[in-house]
Amino acid sequence: MLEQIEGSHAVAKAVALCRPQVICAYPITPQTHIVEHVGEMVKSGELAGCEFINAESEFAALSVAIGASAAGARSYTATSGQGLLFMAEAVYNAAGLGLPIVMTIGNRAIGAPINIWNDHSDSMAMRDAGWIQLFAENNQEALDLHIQAFRIAEELSCPVMVCVDGFILTHAYERVDVPTQAQVDAFLPPFEPRQILDPREPVSMGAMVGPEAFTEVRYLAHHKQLRALQLIPQLSTAFATQFGRASGGLLRPYRTSDAETIVVALGSVIGTVQEVVDEMRCDGVKIGAVSICSFRPFPLTALRALLMRARRVVVLEKCLAVGLGGIVSDGVRNSLSGIQLKGYTVIAGLGGRVITRASLRQLFEDAGRDELEQVTFLDLNAEVVNFELEREQVSRRSGPTAEAILRRLGTIGSQVG
Amino acid sequence: MNHTAGNNDGSMFQIRIHGRGGQGVVSGAEMLSVAAFLEGRYAQAFPSFGAERMGAPVMAFCRIDDMEIRLREPVLVPDALIVQDPTLLDQVDLFNGLHAHGYILINSARGFDALGLKDFARRFRRERLRTVPATEIALRHVRRPLPNTALLGGFAALTGQVGLASVVAAIREKFPHALAEPNVAAAAEAFAAVSRDLEKADA
Repeated sequence: MLEQIEGSHAVAKAVALCRPQVICAYPITPQTHIVEHVGEMVKSGELAGCEFINAESEFAALSVAIGASAAGARSYTATSGQGLLFMAEAVYNAAGLGLPIVMTIGNRAIGAPINIWNDHSDSMAMRDAGWIQLFAENNQEALDLHIQAFRIAEELSCPVMVCVDGFILTHAYERVDVPTQAQVDAFLPPFEPRQILDPREPVSMGAMVGPEAFTEVRYLAHHKQLRALQLIPQLSTAFATQFGRASGGLLRPYRTSDAETIVVALGSVIGTVQEVVDEMRCDGVKIGAVSICSFRPFPLTALRALLMRARRVVVLEKCLAVGLGGIVSDGVRNSLSGIQLKGYTVIAGLGGRVITRASLRQLFEDAGRDELEQVTFLDLNAEVVNFELEREQVSRRSGPTAEAILRRLGTIGSQVG
Repeated sequence: MNHTAGNNDGSMFQIRIHGRGGQGVVSGAEMLSVAAFLEGRYAQAFPSFGAERMGAPVMAFCRIDDMEIRLREPVLVPDALIVQDPTLLDQVDLFNGLHAHGYILINSARGFDALGLKDFARRFRRERLRTVPATEIALRHVRRPLPNTALLGGFAALTGQVGLASVVAAIREKFPHALAEPNVAAAAEAFAAVSRDLEKADA
């Protein structure tokens, strides 16, 4: 049924339709509305057969999910930003044990300085933990990906993160088609665990593994993700057949067939990128875009096939590998082995910095003339940066950087863009 | 920031709501999107990404279109502005990006001239600029100074982008019954006040 609801509410409805048996969570902005909504549904009885557990921390929340999943329960949690970092050890454990937990990340920046707004630093910090990571373009896809995520997780016995841009999607009201319980039941069979803690048939899980077997366990985790490269598009196709709309998959090309410049991006920014691509196409510029839905496993081959005929690739990423440049760019570069084309990394949207059509248009035009630096920070306020660098040169005891910049900027509550 | 992207193409109508934290700015945008959705249109509502304190200047955005909305930037070139708190007039660059055919609805018992906007108003179409005493209306019906629903009624009358019936339905979707009905009354009164005002100007 079509509904005009908040992204968080759409995700909560999707999770409930997947019939989770244990949900444990600890609130953190901008993810809070999601677990509030599922909590209400458990309380009202709308989501039956599910235990909702308020944990004392994010570390505890995922630890409870690990225990519940090991006991054979379909388990779910959600977090954001710092909360994901606090979970970190359990994030690796869930994947290392091969437990099919689904977790929503309401993507948020990582401090310090403290910032509640959107970028991809949190998910990216956990990119090598062994979870599958799927990024949603809009709230319909956020909803749909959760249904696919439980199926992917349980078929492979591997945890899945569904990454949803904080505020931009979690707090946006837009139209979503909420499927019926019968539709979801037909797509997602009951959880049949590959491993289960059962007193009648006792097993050990999480044993100490030495050098004799650790590499093999890790190789099999990698192998599982390589299998996911097949499974994710298969399930996306099956989903389209059953639900009548395309969602998920490894990646999605937009006007790339004859494109000389291809922009690669993840998550909700792709909509604005597509708008700019259309504008520039009207002016005869051969530009296209690729949205990467599956960041882990990274679709090296599929991306390579799309980029092969282009002249240049612009990787637009909401995260920063400090001291290197791009994180997504690293994967893109891997996919280009043996292909000659110019590559640019653009760091954009950090800590909720607005990404405008105007800025993207300027950026893509500069790229088209090959006038971009290897690494560009979109809309960087050079005046403030230079002021701070000079200040640090003048005084040894220059004090904290972030606070000095805030003083320099003055009140910002009145700015629109 | 550079606003060269120009005016909106085609059917898209973009609204920016200015107010202060605690005045229901974000829920106003959300209800507006629901009203448009109920009329079979695509709509998107989202908050601005800034300070979230009671009393701090805040913004929320709403886009209405006949096609799916992909754009995620804030509303930089609005077709309509709703100003929930007239004390922002001197503090915030409220009118940034508003084009000459744009609508402005200000929550005030005073007119544009009395608000010191006489010269400013000449740059716009007079029939698209209105004030409505939304706080007074809200105090009468809702008994709290929350002008958002009254302003949605006024917006429906001023722009015709959504009908009053859809605004009423959106309010009833947002609030429990006891809270919804006073808000419905506030929206209806503001709708009537702005409609009367527009007819008077026509005559």
